[in-house]
Amino acid sequence: MAFYKAKRAALLLLAPFILTFFLFQVLPLLWVLVNSFKSNMGEEWGVDNYQFILESRYFRQAIYNSLKISIYSSIAGMLLALPCAWSLHRLSGRLKEATLTISNMIANFSGVPLAFAFVILLGANGCLIALLDQLNIGHGFNLYSAFGLILIYSYFQIPLAILLMLPAMEGLRDEWQEAACLLGAGKFRYWLNIGLPVLMPGILGTFIILFANAMGTMATAFALTGGNYNLLTIRISNLISGDIFLDPWLASALSMILVFILMLVTLANEWLIKPGRLRAKVK
Amino acid sequence: MRRSNSIGHLSVIIVFMSIMMLPLLGTLLYSISTSWSSGMLPDGVTFKWYKILFVEHRFLQAMMNSIMVCLGALILTLILVVPTAFIVFYYFPFLKPFMNFIILLPFAVPPVVSSVGLLQIFSNDVITLTGTPWILLGAYFTVALPFSYRAIANNMANLNLQDMLDAAHLLGASTFRAFFTIVLPNLKTGLMISLFLSFSLLIGEFVFANILVGTRFETVQVYLFNMKARSGHFSSAVVVSYFLVIMLMTILAGQWGKKQ
Repeated sequence: MAFYKAKRAALLLLAPFILTFFLFQVLPLLWVLVNSFKSNMGEEWGVDNYQFILESRYFRQAIYNSLKISIYSSIAGMLLALPCAWSLHRLSGRLKEATLTISNMIANFSGVPLAFAFVILLGANGCLIALLDQLNIGHGFNLYSAFGLILIYSYFQIPLAILLMLPAMEGLRDEWQEAACLLGAGKFRYWLNIGLPVLMPGILGTFIILFANAMGTMATAFALTGGNYNLLTIRISNLISGDIFLDPWLASALSMILVFILMLVTLANEWLIKPGRLRAKVK
Repeated sequence: MRRSNSIGHLSVIIVFMSIMMLPLLGTLLYSISTSWSSGMLPDGVTFKWYKILFVEHRFLQAMMNSIMVCLGALILTLILVVPTAFIVFYYFPFLKPFMNFIILLPFAVPPVVSSVGLLQIFSNDVITLTGTPWILLGAYFTVALPFSYRAIANNMANLNLQDMLDAAHLLGASTFRAFFTIVLPNLKTGLMISLFLSFSLLIGEFVFANILVGTRFETVQVYLFNMKARSGHFSSAVVVSYFLVIMLMTILAGQWGKKQ
């Protein structure tokens, strides 16, 4: 009986958490959801905003650019992170620890400071660009282009991918490689038939997190191009805090498109990393 | 065979780390150079950019603002999350999957989307939080929530809460007292690690700070953004100082992790 009384009291103690979470996480999303259906400066109800976005070349380009940069940078980040994570997995002791610490630090080196560092290195007057010019290579490189953004996005994707892939690597047992070797399989056969299939759920899950991370981020591109590069997040931001034209209702509809894409991949990720599913795949 | 292999792995790591360190080293070098027009190395070495930076009131104020708002948000997060995790684990374990689900929400709703709603909800006649640091406390709570809840929940899953509390009750302690004198001390390591890591995460936040508050309460990120017209050497000094704070936090987190 006393336990039930305590339970009721405990329920009350959850109230501050629920209230704060509701006010700062749920309510803003609900506001965005409801107001995305208000158009004509909030005067009319309907799906006009969505229609407008899908018919506008400009906004379609923003969605396309966001998807393109996110997919390319996730693939590049993943491809570079895999061998590093594998090598890191095979090392041990202080060296592994030190590398992990540095990698974690670099994972936090993103957004505005990262954009500045890249401008200093690879901007129009960057020191690396000057060096490349002297060596007569890398002409026509432009940091403020899609390629430049993919490069800088890949940079912050790599440490995150390593962090996420390391636990998955623990699942690869040394004996398997030895057994495969005894049965006459070379390194290539081993990776193709055993290594990669075992790592696959981890790779897919990590890829999805990288993709979502790139889709939702804004600070790096915003600091780099001053809001000129056409990305989904930058369009949203300019519609609510730009200096020219404010339309929070249109921003809401754009936001819902972004949230829809992110929810889809987040749910796909949850589905992929279900332990049962992972084991079924390994089998 | 193992030995030759590990040399291969070592070289992969060294090459990788050198490339990843390039932007940082470049920035560091740039921040201590008089000018750097062309060539491998800067024209001269100087500390004048740091001397200018560390007496600039606006920078010190921004650093202070960042630290205050991050600490405030972290304290708020802990006050809200620790009791919640305890109550869920001890009284309502069936809510665990639900909690795991709702802490995913911040991942699906990026700061720029939340800002659209927050900007409207918290700027009316009744309650005006936009433009003040107070709104950042709530917004940063949602940023830190997934990481701190996961860390605390993982830690709690390793404690045998039921037995711990039963023993405390047998000895005459109330649940309230047991929470403060037994559960909390056992969570200390996990709490400290998640605190340092979340601090690095929050001090790097730009979108909320820029859209919801802007220059009225400048954080170090917004300050850096607004300094983009200034000399590159000067902003490099800001980036390096900022990175030193992150480095300190990561190392502190690592130290606490080792103690465990």
